Amino acid sequence: MNKNHYRYVLRLGDNALILGQRMTEWCGHSPLLEEDIAMANCALDHVGRARLLLSYAAELEGEGRSEDDLAFVRSDREFENFLLCELPIGDYAFTMARQYLLDTYHYHLFTELVSSSDETLSAIAQKAIKETTYHMDRSRDWVLRLGDGSEESHERMQVALEGMWNYTEELFERDPVDVQMIAEAIGPDPEWLHSKWQADINATIKKATLSVPEKKWSLSGGRNGLHTEAMGHLLSEMQHLQRTYPGLSW
Amino acid sequence: MSDSFVNDSIEASVSKSRILAVLEKVCDPEIPTLSILDLGILRDVICHPKHLEVVITPTYCGCPAMKTIEFDVIRALDDAGYKEVKVTMQLAPPWTTDWISKRGRAMLLKEGIAPPVESKDSLGQGIECPRCTSHDVSLISVFGSTACKSLYRCGSCFEPFDYFKCH
Ligand SMILES: [Zn+2]
Repeated sequence: MNKNHYRYVLRLGDNALILGQRMTEWCGHSPLLEEDIAMANCALDHVGRARLLLSYAAELEGEGRSEDDLAFVRSDREFENFLLCELPIGDYAFTMARQYLLDTYHYHLFTELVSSSDETLSAIAQKAIKETTYHMDRSRDWVLRLGDGSEESHERMQVALEGMWNYTEELFERDPVDVQMIAEAIGPDPEWLHSKWQADINATIKKATLSVPEKKWSLSGGRNGLHTEAMGHLLSEMQHLQRTYPGLSW
Repeated sequence: MSDSFVNDSIEASVSKSRILAVLEKVCDPEIPTLSILDLGILRDVICHPKHLEVVITPTYCGCPAMKTIEFDVIRALDDAGYKEVKVTMQLAPPWTTDWISKRGRAMLLKEGIAPPVESKDSLGQGIECPRCTSHDVSLISVFGSTACKSLYRCGSCFEPFDYFKCH
């Protein structure tokens, strides 16, 4: 097994799964009926994407684990998602700001992965890029609406961006896993993604009459299994059924 | 039975068309008049020496209907006497609404769902109200009752309707 290849795909799957799980928390609680449906739609796409990626990760690992084993019986130290994905949902401004930052990240990432030397990853990216484009259009729209909206909505969107800004550097870190993926033409250079991402984000923030937050400090560790306090709570809910009734199936 | 699944023979092509006739009756669980052939998610039927392989592709990554469709395919073929069936999922090339057949589009319209318009970037352009055929329509939400549909409202008859969006 190529451990770095496995971890690369696992990280992609974990990001999709943990963010998808957060999005489902709005189901039945969104501010508008249409939003409730839209959020559930997008959450399903994330969970579907996680299934494809985690199945593939399990296959690369070659130890007989399934997508469900990876999703439901790993502990927090074994998850390698970005910290940004696991932060609690906050208010709708926080939720949509996070979606926008991550949708834009995924948009550029999947655009590159379409031409990955890994055929399976390329196939997943070709599928995911289509829906990511819808997701990004919607989340960008909310950043604009709230940012360039009422005094209160503007304030809340600005606070949301400030609150998550120090978690964004982690999206573009480069460790030995990334270095090997770049060398094998499997994944893009995070630095390149960073420049594409930053340009889009800056343009939207400006258009939304908001200001780009100042980076005061930076938090990371998710990709190496070091998570925030929120992660354990998320997993206890997500994994409840499999932990209580191990091996339970439909 | 399995002996007849030999490629490149008349027998094989006869059995393949029989299989397709069976699969024509398997429908999308969300739109029960739209078959998986007309929806364009059936990609291939391969006759192996000992089993049949049915290749399908998902519409969206998160389409919750895929598992049901897989069971329905196996059940329909089982009823028709094909006992050894394997359903495999193919991701690339990704499904597009261009693969919905002419008959599939007519089926959508009959269900009150506006079929996708041909041009790729259209959100509103050329969409017709499935009830009164008016083009005076406006978007309510890009995300409708399922991921593959958007919600519109007709300005002439004032009815809301689903639009099967271009993908
Ligand atoms: Zn009408």
